[in-house]
Amino acid sequence: MRILSWAYLVLLFLFILLPVGALVVFSFQDGRLPVPPFKGFTLEWYAKVIADRDLMAALWNSFLVAFGSSALALVLGFLAASGLARVALPGSVLLRGLLIAPMTVSYLIIALGLLQVFNAVGVRPSLLSTGIGHVVINLPLCFSIIYAAMGEHQRNALRAARDLGAREWQVLALISAPMLAPALAAAFFLSVTFSWDEFIIAFLLTRFDVTLPVEIWSMLRSGLSPATNAIGSLVFLVSVAVVVTLEFTLFRKSRS
Amino acid sequence: MSIEQTERRQGAALVAPALLWTVAFFVLPFAAMIWMSLSHLEGREVVSGPGIGNYLRIFTEPSLLRGIRVSLEITAIVTVLSVILAWPLAWIIATRVPPKWRRLALMLAVLPFWTSYVVRSYSWTLVLGENGIVMQGLIQLGLLEQPLQIMATRTATIIGFVHFFVMLLTLTIYSNLVQLSPNYARAAEDLGASRWQVIRLVILPLTLPGVMTGAFLTFVLCIGDYITPQILGGNSELTLPQLIMLQLGRRGDYPMASALAVVLMVLVTLAYAACARWLKMERV
Repeated sequence: MRILSWAYLVLLFLFILLPVGALVVFSFQDGRLPVPPFKGFTLEWYAKVIADRDLMAALWNSFLVAFGSSALALVLGFLAASGLARVALPGSVLLRGLLIAPMTVSYLIIALGLLQVFNAVGVRPSLLSTGIGHVVINLPLCFSIIYAAMGEHQRNALRAARDLGAREWQVLALISAPMLAPALAAAFFLSVTFSWDEFIIAFLLTRFDVTLPVEIWSMLRSGLSPATNAIGSLVFLVSVAVVVTLEFTLFRKSRS
Repeated sequence: MSIEQTERRQGAALVAPALLWTVAFFVLPFAAMIWMSLSHLEGREVVSGPGIGNYLRIFTEPSLLRGIRVSLEITAIVTVLSVILAWPLAWIIATRVPPKWRRLALMLAVLPFWTSYVVRSYSWTLVLGENGIVMQGLIQLGLLEQPLQIMATRTATIIGFVHFFVMLLTLTIYSNLVQLSPNYARAAEDLGASRWQVIRLVILPLTLPGVMTGAFLTFVLCIGDYITPQILGGNSELTLPQLIMLQLGRRGDYPMASALAVVLMVLVTLAYAACARWLKMERV
């Protein structure tokens, strides 16, 4: 049983890590094709990727869209959660359902609907329209994470602040937001991750200024190339570095 | 004005921006899409008007009907395979790996999540292609004379999907397993159950919520995905999302694309209804 367990573990890890391993190893391939045999080590493809204007522009675009749309989704989600946690509005349940609804629909469907509306009113595909789409997918996420983090304890503190004469914006900015900081951080981080990696909305709603996944997609058309490996590995290594850093700083502190 | 009224007004004011956003950029587009699905194309012009012509075509034209079948088959195979592969992995990490290595093992098990989705599919083309590691390795070992054609077939799509969803399901099942009290297993052992019986009759049923949450997510994400079948499966068999993109691209047939999207949504809703019993969506 023990040997069987370890054998299974190794086998599955091999399956899970094989493609990423191949991706990274052959990004250093000294040759035109990222397949065996490995012909030697070079950083040429990384240099090529970093010098590629389109790719770097796409990287920057992805950055803008991810952080911009996540910030907006966070603010909208935070305000809505504060409002709904505070008073029982008529139809609260319905409102909550409506705000969460986009989470239950495929991104393709959200993209298709937005594309039609934007076409009808004459909005051109752009980073802005992609950002709007990304707020739609991330707002339910931010809202539900923040709403779930608001407890009775929160509500009492807010009521106390109001009784002591704090204005509404003061209550939100000085009491509520700091109390919810971990939930806000988690919601923002998740939103950035989803927006950063989102393909179909960005694909249908951008034209000239594209995001990174769309740019990589168009690189794939020219077939296998170590350059694609290099940009893929770069994204991978940077994300892992970020996650490991977070793991050892932020989350470690909160756990101890 | 009473305090309660003021509170209500302020509460409503806080919810309003998010609500307006959702209505303008989700509800409205959604309604537009449904209306579009009831319209039809004449030449290159969209003729609006309620009609169910597109839906009739979906269920009579073999190429479209086939897309639904292919999507459902692939999704079903992927969901079942992923659960079968992920459960033992999650269980081994949760119970067999020494506690201090557990976090590391879990991080390794989901490491490829951190590449971008498009790149992950691409990286499978490196592995599965005729010149890829697997085929060349098998030939070197003398197990194969000629490389097998896996790329651009359903098998490649399924492998790519299973890879992604094994990671996802390992997470949901693992988080379910670590919440279980060890007393369940101990009690069963005291009552004379063999180790295998403990797993099959006690642990497995208790992880059903985690399994079903993961399986539902797998179903939804898998059936709606365009990237993996397009990169790995190519045009050998078109899935529903590929058909939708094809309508948009080549013919600009928005009405048909919308009708197919509505079918996709209905399939997801049916899956939800089937799993709702086990899902605790309010916790998400």
